[in-house]
Amino acid sequence: ADIISTVEFNHTGELLATGDKGGRVVIFQREQESKNQPHRRGEYNVYSTFQSHEPEFDYLKSLEIEEKINKIRWLPQQNAAYFLLSTNDKTVKLWKVSERDKRPEGYNLKDEDGRLRDPSMITVLRVPVLRPMDLMVEATPRRVFANAHTYHINSISVNSDYETYMSADDLRINLWNFEITNQSFNIVDIKPANMEELTEVITAAEFHPHHCNTFVYSSSKGTIRLCDMRTSALCDHHAKFFEEPEDPSNRSFFSEIISSISDVKFSHSGRYIMTRDYLTVKVWDLNMENRPIETYQVHDYLRSKLCSLYENDCIFDKFECVWNGSDSVIMTGSYNNFFRMFDRNTKRDVTLEASRENSKPRAILKPRKVCVGGKRRKDEISVDSLDFSKKILHTAWHPSENIIAVAATNNLYIFQDKVN
Amino acid sequence: MFVRGLKRKCFDGEEDIEGTLAGIKAIPSYNLQRQSLLDMSLVKLQLCHMLVEPNLCRSVLIANTVRQIQEEMTQDGTWQMINTQSTGQASLDRLVSTDILCRSSREQAEGKHVPGYSTFNKDFEGDQTQDSSETMSTASSVQAPRNLQSNVWEMENSQENKGNFQKSLDQIFETLENKSPNSVEDLFSEVDNSYYDLDTMLTGMMSNTKMGHCDGLETFTSPATTTSNSNCKSDLNELDHIVEILVES
Repeated sequence: ADIISTVEFNHTGELLATGDKGGRVVIFQREQESKNQPHRRGEYNVYSTFQSHEPEFDYLKSLEIEEKINKIRWLPQQNAAYFLLSTNDKTVKLWKVSERDKRPEGYNLKDEDGRLRDPSMITVLRVPVLRPMDLMVEATPRRVFANAHTYHINSISVNSDYETYMSADDLRINLWNFEITNQSFNIVDIKPANMEELTEVITAAEFHPHHCNTFVYSSSKGTIRLCDMRTSALCDHHAKFFEEPEDPSNRSFFSEIISSISDVKFSHSGRYIMTRDYLTVKVWDLNMENRPIETYQVHDYLRSKLCSLYENDCIFDKFECVWNGSDSVIMTGSYNNFFRMFDRNTKRDVTLEASRENSKPRAILKPRKVCVGGKRRKDEISVDSLDFSKKILHTAWHPSENIIAVAATNNLYIFQDKVN
Repeated sequence: MFVRGLKRKCFDGEEDIEGTLAGIKAIPSYNLQRQSLLDMSLVKLQLCHMLVEPNLCRSVLIANTVRQIQEEMTQDGTWQMINTQSTGQASLDRLVSTDILCRSSREQAEGKHVPGYSTFNKDFEGDQTQDSSETMSTASSVQAPRNLQSNVWEMENSQENKGNFQKSLDQIFETLENKSPNSVEDLFSEVDNSYYDLDTMLTGMMSNTKMGHCDGLETFTSPATTTSNSNCKSDLNELDHIVEILVES
């Protein structure tokens, strides 16, 4: 199994897609709940597996293009088939996933094996009929959106009009129409005329869930810009600029690096955005640009270890964050296979661990605690024993239920609320 | 705070020498670690450049950190490029306690006036003439390390080195940019000769620093033997590769 690089539920939560470093996409489908086994509340089983992207070689630059899937985004379902966008560093693809459970039988001109029948042997005409067959799930690439990005694509986002989507790389954001693959509109371009002056890059971007003219993008300097596509074709000038003033007492050489935003997500309501930087998760009200309304510490005990984390490159890890269906709880990952949930209403938070050794299937997860200094209680883990190679970067939350998917390196964990 | 702790001791006389000496030993530690952070960052940047597909976000963040250190060192007057070995202090190995570097910068707290680039040498010379014993008693604790260091450590012609350094930093971005040329002509354009400076500078640093912790450095060929052509070489290899493909087709 390869390292999972993205996890995403579809709009109903029936399907869960994962992308990995080897360019594969694996889709899980939730079982129908049966009256016979009510305690098995809809488990997820593998539905389809396909190779989305292959490694490529750019001959002109003498560089390999990784096949790692950076993001998967589902389209809302409009017919029996499912559609999703998957992207690597350079190319976005639209995949159609459909079921086939019947096949036509009784052709006149060919037999069951497909071989052509001798026309002279045909004496009777018949109408082919559809007969049931074993369920087969096929994935076919319907569109390939290539050659539009010089830099690495970090985000894709489907617009609420369901006709367009955007893809963002380090310096540019392009707007696509699903039907057109040979053209895209550039809507944001922050590349300086002189690359020597480059000090800031785009780190994530997303469309507003309801307003198809609005999107946000975050930067490596910890700022978020909200843009309105109605104002101009090129949205280099933001409509809103979100930045928290720096706390001078906390300033260090690593301040900028840890302020770099690794993920930005609109709430389902569209009223808030959530951003993740290295040590915190912040919730912003779209109506207030000068500071976030909520800040949650994910793993503040790492603040004194920033130098080591810089040395081993962990400080550049890009963690994602997610809202639950009602926007009341937010979740993000950490190290040592820990992930954290924050309840925005009760202000309570919990640290859980995704690991086989420390929890049995169907057992309730035990809250974990990291001990910062002094005496370490039993069951606590000291900061120095944390395993920084076990990082949870990608998580997903079911759109309406309390079911979460957590990717721990090359393992996928699915957790559900316990129901009595 | 680390430096504030030194303020409590006034240089009174011989009884306090030991305490002060301890203070002296402690102060260079911040600069030492800052220097090693700078070294480490430059190595990371160099590595960025050498990787197949440099991660632009990472490169930009590291470059910004380097600029920040450079600016602070300029303010401090401790800008110096090489020869940490001459003082018997290796750099990366000493990055033991992260406390000091991770604390907030004392400069901000003190609201120091930033000397401009053009007046840099003048300030430096002015400081050197001051009596070190006098400066130990001044209220500004930042003055103390600067003058001590000017006595202890060798100072190169900082102005020139800064210029080279800034240029070299720019080269990295230029080359990152040049990785994606718009036309074939760009590929075959002349290699920028000033790029040699970055290599010479880093070579000088590399031979003096230990690289115990960075795993990626295993792929970094021994700098002691490379000539200033080494970076030119990677570009030339690229050209060779392309010519090869063209010829074969």
